[in-house]
Amino acid sequence: MEKLLEILQEMHDDIDFSIHVSLIDDKVIDSFDIITLIAEIDDRIGVTIPPEELVPENFNSFTSMVNLINKLENE
Amino acid sequence: MINILSYLENTITKMDDTSKLAFIGDNSSLTFSELYAKSRSCGSFIASKKLNKQPIIVFMKKAPDMIAAFLGVVYSGNYYVPLDSEIPTLRIRMILEEVKSPLIICDGVTSKLLDKWRSERDLDWNYDYSTILFSDICDYEANDLVLSTIRKNAIDVDPLYVVFTSGSTGTPKGVIVKHRSVIDYIENLSSVIGVSSDTIFGNQSPLYLDACLKEVFPTLKYGATTYLIPTSLFMFPVKLIEYINDNKINTICWVASALSMVAGLGAFGIATPTSLHTIAFGSEIFPTKHLNIWKNALPNARFIHLYGPTEATGMSCYYEITSSYDYTGSIPIGKPFPNTEIILLDDKDCIPSDGELGEICIRGAGLSLGYFNDKEKTNSVFVQNPLSIFPDIIYRTGDMGYYGYIDFNSNYSGNEKRVLFYKGRRDYQIKHMGYRIELTEIELMAASIDGVGLACAVFDSENSRIILYYMGEGADVATVKAFLKANLPRYMLPYAIISCDDIPKTAGGKIDRVKLLERRTRE
Repeated sequence: MEKLLEILQEMHDDIDFSIHVSLIDDKVIDSFDIITLIAEIDDRIGVTIPPEELVPENFNSFTSMVNLINKLENE
Repeated sequence: MINILSYLENTITKMDDTSKLAFIGDNSSLTFSELYAKSRSCGSFIASKKLNKQPIIVFMKKAPDMIAAFLGVVYSGNYYVPLDSEIPTLRIRMILEEVKSPLIICDGVTSKLLDKWRSERDLDWNYDYSTILFSDICDYEANDLVLSTIRKNAIDVDPLYVVFTSGSTGTPKGVIVKHRSVIDYIENLSSVIGVSSDTIFGNQSPLYLDACLKEVFPTLKYGATTYLIPTSLFMFPVKLIEYINDNKINTICWVASALSMVAGLGAFGIATPTSLHTIAFGSEIFPTKHLNIWKNALPNARFIHLYGPTEATGMSCYYEITSSYDYTGSIPIGKPFPNTEIILLDDKDCIPSDGELGEICIRGAGLSLGYFNDKEKTNSVFVQNPLSIFPDIIYRTGDMGYYGYIDFNSNYSGNEKRVLFYKGRRDYQIKHMGYRIELTEIELMAASIDGVGLACAVFDSENSRIILYYMGEGADVATVKAFLKANLPRYMLPYAIISCDDIPKTAGGKIDRVKLLERRTRE
């Protein structure tokens, strides 16, 4: 999931995504980011995130985003 | 009517049950009677400080109490300047220094911020202020005599508020608005939207922008209800729709990008906001493909396109989408609200013929008083109507527009076929995520960094992204990014910052923004 880390790091180079577990609740990722994030995941990883998966729980940490992408890739 | 407080007072008098909820936020709410009591208490406290016709800053986290603080300032015979804890520090400091408000009303979070700044204050920070917690004054004993004396002396051209918007000189500029303009706007907007006591608004806009007038004052006038929708829901469209349905929200006036987010992320496949019957949108261009997705999801709802600048108090024009027309091109901005005139003026200050471009100029009671403490800027855009031989001020918006015709099918009759269309700016102002931004403000902020020479911001409208190019070897991209992040509001931050060796110039020596944008497309 290097590509995902790359995308996140491009948006916020000052955040350590390996430890942060409340990205949404702490407003690190906001409504401006989420649109970009979804578009970049689609473009660069080739995974389209459906609206039902657009919930805070799936984006609060790097791990939860990885799990979401893995799950969608296996579907 | 000469004062907006009459809206609240008339409603309270007429209402059967004043325990109806007026404003509902994340963790708190206010009924009409609570709002009335808190505003009057707050107003009596401020009046006891012998302040009159002064700008009073309300610096709070978005919540129903913030609206009570606004009204409290008005009760005290002063005018409010709304600020929110989401605005970055430097910007707030610029506004505080500009306004020099004798009193700042805050909440627990913002008062700590102000204390911190006061203790860190450097030499060029030459303004002292006193702060007061809203929670400490909202149950102050209301002084009927003082409040009624203040009201007897109030007139409708007294200022009501100052809101700050992006400024092309690098500092935000304040637009100062009188009661008369807001009353005129609310009367006309409410009739176009169709507000009643059954209206339940879902507010999206921050309370520090004029956009929130659309919900706040009609709620007071009609005894309606407004939910202040938590900002985080605008990232999660399905949850947003559930929130709308759970609270039976029936009317929304959102920036187009918020509607686009819901449509673009495919939320209607999962959920439909069935409680909505009126959807107004504006502040930026709404792609027709997204409008059509909304229309298909809610075929019986009304869709109304709104257009207008902060300088004319909010919205000046509207266009209701008709079901008989299939929109493929741009959506018209339609026609002016009642009691508002739109004049198109070409380069020679003449009225262009239909189809030809002209600058959109606004005339009417909705015109604001101008810019706060900036006569020069005010006089440059609030100007004498060149078509009148008597004193007559119009506001030159800088927006370009033209009159066009819409081909309705044969059974359409009426003279509304001739409608106004918006067609870009004559300067470097843009609309991004519903916010109005002067690209020059971003450039000047970047150029203030040591080691940055020339900086140029361009807007890639196709992808809705701001790109900043800069020259200068003294500052790396990370430094520029960190500085901008600390000092510009979130919505003004460039999506990409690019260090380059040259910035193209036009033959006249100006920055060639078209060439820069082309460079972006190639990258």
